[in-house]
Amino acid sequence: MTNVTISRIRQKQIAQLLSSGKRLDGRGLLDYRPIQIETGIIEKAEGSARACLGKTEVVVGVKIEIGEPFSDRPDEGVLTTNAEFVPLASPEFEAGPPTEDSVELARVVDRGIRESKAIDLKKLCIIPGKKVFIVFIDIYVLNHDGNLIDASALAALAALTNTKIFKYEVKDGEVKIKPGFKDLPLINYPVAITLADIDGNLIVDPWLDEEEIMNARLTISFDKDGKICAMQKGGSGTLSPQQIIEAIKIAKEKSEELRGLVVKKNG
Amino acid sequence: MKEKIRLVDDSGIRTDGRKPDELRPIKLEAGVLSNADGSAYIEQGKNKILAAVYGPREVHPRHLALPDRALLRCRYHMAPFSVQERKSPAPSRREIELSKVIRESLEPAIFLERFPRTAIDLFIEVLQADGGTRVAGITAASLALADAGIPMKDMVAACAAGKADGYILLDLNDLEDKEGEADVPVAYMPSLNRVGLLQMDGQLTPEEFEKAFNLAIEGCKRIYALQKEALKAKYLAIKEAVEEAEQK
Repeated sequence: MTNVTISRIRQKQIAQLLSSGKRLDGRGLLDYRPIQIETGIIEKAEGSARACLGKTEVVVGVKIEIGEPFSDRPDEGVLTTNAEFVPLASPEFEAGPPTEDSVELARVVDRGIRESKAIDLKKLCIIPGKKVFIVFIDIYVLNHDGNLIDASALAALAALTNTKIFKYEVKDGEVKIKPGFKDLPLINYPVAITLADIDGNLIVDPWLDEEEIMNARLTISFDKDGKICAMQKGGSGTLSPQQIIEAIKIAKEKSEELRGLVVKKNG
Repeated sequence: MKEKIRLVDDSGIRTDGRKPDELRPIKLEAGVLSNADGSAYIEQGKNKILAAVYGPREVHPRHLALPDRALLRCRYHMAPFSVQERKSPAPSRREIELSKVIRESLEPAIFLERFPRTAIDLFIEVLQADGGTRVAGITAASLALADAGIPMKDMVAACAAGKADGYILLDLNDLEDKEGEADVPVAYMPSLNRVGLLQMDGQLTPEEFEKAFNLAIEGCKRIYALQKEALKAKYLAIKEAVEEAEQK
């Protein structure tokens, strides 16, 4: 994925602008690109949303199925997250088995949702040890212009706020689906904020060109109470301990801003 | 509902008898495999992990070669018998992610630009897992790279810290990792003061995170000293063997 070639002169331009507090696309160092969120875009999915960060576009579909719980958690529903780098999204994406990057993306988004206990999995148990609801979160990248993690986490959260699970009744140990739906028991709202380091400058929401020349990135997920629930450093560079502490302060503020966009929309 | 296990008792002692800021006993050895260009073995608590380096060598398939630097490839893998319930030997999604973050923690330490169009292959095999395998794996892998004579900017030392029973703890064991509240693995280059790996799961306030993070860095510094010792020990053993041969 790191093969989008950027000319030296452009690399230099981006870095020079940053050192004077500006970015190539006119943003401030700590500004997000315009964010658009739209929910309920796929009628056949139990939950869905599209999130756009500038030109980056991600669709998340949530499907609900009935299946077996994990043996070590017999009374909890199951959450699984998967990410597809759809070939139409970037010249760098190819059809085929999941890549290292798509596995990382799915796992980072999953970690934010799981560790913040966003979904009350206990309420998704139907018959303990036998039948539970399985929540499939499928991340579909439609246009890659950088910062897929934040866009995907935002789309996933928006899709979950919009997810309905079907009503059911248990008769003689059999699960029967009844007409009608109720809301997914969503009790937390995790938001991921990604910062990148370019030449010692921390920026928020790197777009593709910035990702290509960044030294390293750091994603921090915050839950609704301002607690950190997941972190992931990425990229083949390093960060200083001071930068990491600084990044957390910036990310905490930004997370409230982004959460407001999803939660407000859905009441 | 099963009863919650106490991970830290009232006097601040952990299930394995350690204090909150104490590392598990660590055994580190360099040059343990004869076929590899560099290798290392680590035991940290009940963790038993082997790391081996092959290269710089020719890249296969060729099209992967980079014109300006060496290609570092990394495989983190757990043996099927390394955990309580047999793990399928096929690489899991967890292993794919860990291979990536481990590679990204070591890449910045190596002078890759000295070996264009070559590959450096790094293999980490977890023979027994006891919590904190990714960081112990990095500690061993970094030693194996040094053992292979690959020029590095610094050794990468790695250690985790976390939170269990409300305490901030260094170097979580398997039980603390699974039952605890949070885990923060860190890889760090002490001479450069740079962080190459940082992950977190669980729940921590920013203040708690800072405390755990600083504790993990402290742990890395202690492990760094052990790495240097292990590297020296290998050459001391060679020196002694030569001297002994000369006396005969």
